[in-house]
Amino acid sequence: MDYLLIQMLNGVQLGLLMFLLAAGLTLTFGIMDLVNLAHGSLYMMGAYLAWTLIGVTDSFFLGALLALPATFLLGVAVEAVVMRRLYARDHLDQVLATFGLILFFNELVRAVWGPAGKSIAVPAFLAHTVEILPGVLYPAYRFAIIVVGALVALLLAWLVARTRLGMLIRAGASNRRMIAALGVNIELLFSLVFGLGAVFAGLAGLMAAPISSVKIGMGDDILILAFVIIVIGGIGSIKGAFVAAMVVGQIDIVGRAFLPDFLKTFMSSAAASSAAPAISQVLVYVLMAGVLVWRPTGLFGQRN
Amino acid sequence: MAGLLAPLRTPRGLIVALILLVFAVLPLLTQAFDQRYLLSIGTRIVIWSIAAISLNMILGYGGLVSFGHAVFFGIGGYAVGILAANGLQSGWLQWPVAIAASVLWAALVGALSLRTRGVYFIMITLAFAQLVYYVSAGLEAYGADDGLNISRSRFDGLIDLRDKASFYWLCFVLLLGTLWFCGRFANSRFGFVLRGAKSNDQRMMALGFPVFRYRLAAFTLSGAFGGLAGILLANEGAYVSPAMMSWVKSGDLIVIVVLGGMGTLFGPLYGTIAFFVLEESLKPLLDLVHKGWGEYWQIVFGPMLVLIALYARGGIDSLLGRRHG
Repeated sequence: MDYLLIQMLNGVQLGLLMFLLAAGLTLTFGIMDLVNLAHGSLYMMGAYLAWTLIGVTDSFFLGALLALPATFLLGVAVEAVVMRRLYARDHLDQVLATFGLILFFNELVRAVWGPAGKSIAVPAFLAHTVEILPGVLYPAYRFAIIVVGALVALLLAWLVARTRLGMLIRAGASNRRMIAALGVNIELLFSLVFGLGAVFAGLAGLMAAPISSVKIGMGDDILILAFVIIVIGGIGSIKGAFVAAMVVGQIDIVGRAFLPDFLKTFMSSAAASSAAPAISQVLVYVLMAGVLVWRPTGLFGQRN
Repeated sequence: MAGLLAPLRTPRGLIVALILLVFAVLPLLTQAFDQRYLLSIGTRIVIWSIAAISLNMILGYGGLVSFGHAVFFGIGGYAVGILAANGLQSGWLQWPVAIAASVLWAALVGALSLRTRGVYFIMITLAFAQLVYYVSAGLEAYGADDGLNISRSRFDGLIDLRDKASFYWLCFVLLLGTLWFCGRFANSRFGFVLRGAKSNDQRMMALGFPVFRYRLAAFTLSGAFGGLAGILLANEGAYVSPAMMSWVKSGDLIVIVVLGGMGTLFGPLYGTIAFFVLEESLKPLLDLVHKGWGEYWQIVFGPMLVLIALYARGGIDSLLGRRHG
């Protein structure tokens, strides 16, 4: 029972990380109509920048805090140099150009930081366990990810639902040309939204770093999962991204944690532990196919 | 005879003829200049061209951005690999099974994904490709992540695929066949319905064409030729692995088709040649600028893709002047 609870918390933690990534993706798609494959590169850059800044400041907290404005600036720069020219183009151009950006960033990281992966240590003030229920211990760092992720999700919900910027974002998602015609500085709005998405991606990358590792292409695999999430949730919908991220997080973790034991009942132990991660990945894609067959624009997507 | 030679009078026809001529005699050239490495690159260019032509059928003519086309490398390759690993080495068995598997998978994926459009279509094709990727990475019996060394398909008494030159010529003949088929396909009524649906599918439906079924048929055909490329790729390296169908390879295929010129018969061929030549030449060029930079050629290649997407949509084909007809 405790094991189940801990695995479910791991699923929540993974889901929140993926939500941070998916939120930026679904915003840029919903508002700018932009397919940004290079979003995972911002996740990777967030982690690498944090690694460097943590080394410089000798403090996890300070380094992570500085990495956020750094990824924001990087995001704004990428938007100004490349993305801005892509908004009016069709999806194929966007796929092609942002695919080029992925190659660029992956090689840039290899040239600057070298081919070997880096690791960020769990900060000392979080390197212990917390008792979440009587007798149930959980790593404090993972718990902190859940807290930060949940806070950011709430912040984002507040931002989108309650502030003027959020109002413009929602207006932009439903009719871009109209809000431009109403005199809103749409270029500034787009820059801000893209920068915001970059910060969320960078935050997810640097928070994930101590529990996985900082390596080239780290953003690419998780980016595909983030795409699956926004497609399941409905492109442009923050709520949809959140729900889908939670579901996908649970499937992934619970699949990894419990499938091997189940599979071992009818296959060899080595085959089971190799097949289980594959099967839990497959389940995620099957879920997506099922949702799309049932609702071709996702759970919370706009239907026309 | 005069009719046959007519295309040679245009620069485009002349260039195509030259390229095909060079390809036809490539093994002789590489042997004469003792450059065996070039033959292996040539073989891969020919195989990738077949895959690019098959993607062009749906991407170029149909306007359907499939981001999972490399999955057919994997399905064709693994069908050969799994049969070979079980002692079934006859190409007469392996190849039809591999094509049939590709066709089945293409029909299934097409039937589901063609219900969606736009970015949903891009993502669902990607997701289905990832699904096969993860399944292959979980096949403990067939090497899982590390892949599988196989022996090449056997066509006893007919051709020995272990001989590099014979294998190259087989690939080349199959490329010619694929080009011929694609030319017929593009200019048939079927091809025109598909192109019509690309520019305005509502209108085609209003005219009474069952657009979905046409697209599904095209998707399935494209999968068959993609599977053929997979069979050849597996035989080229005598090796299959999940990496054959990683999503980066699917991205590379899209790059090739756009680079060469979408919706043109020879565009995928130009695109593949340009892609491989760029890869092979950027490295030494960058090394010339500064020793050791060649390793990072993608720092230059990535921004080139951005520029191509922004400014060079017609691809190489459009540089050769306007097409007639």
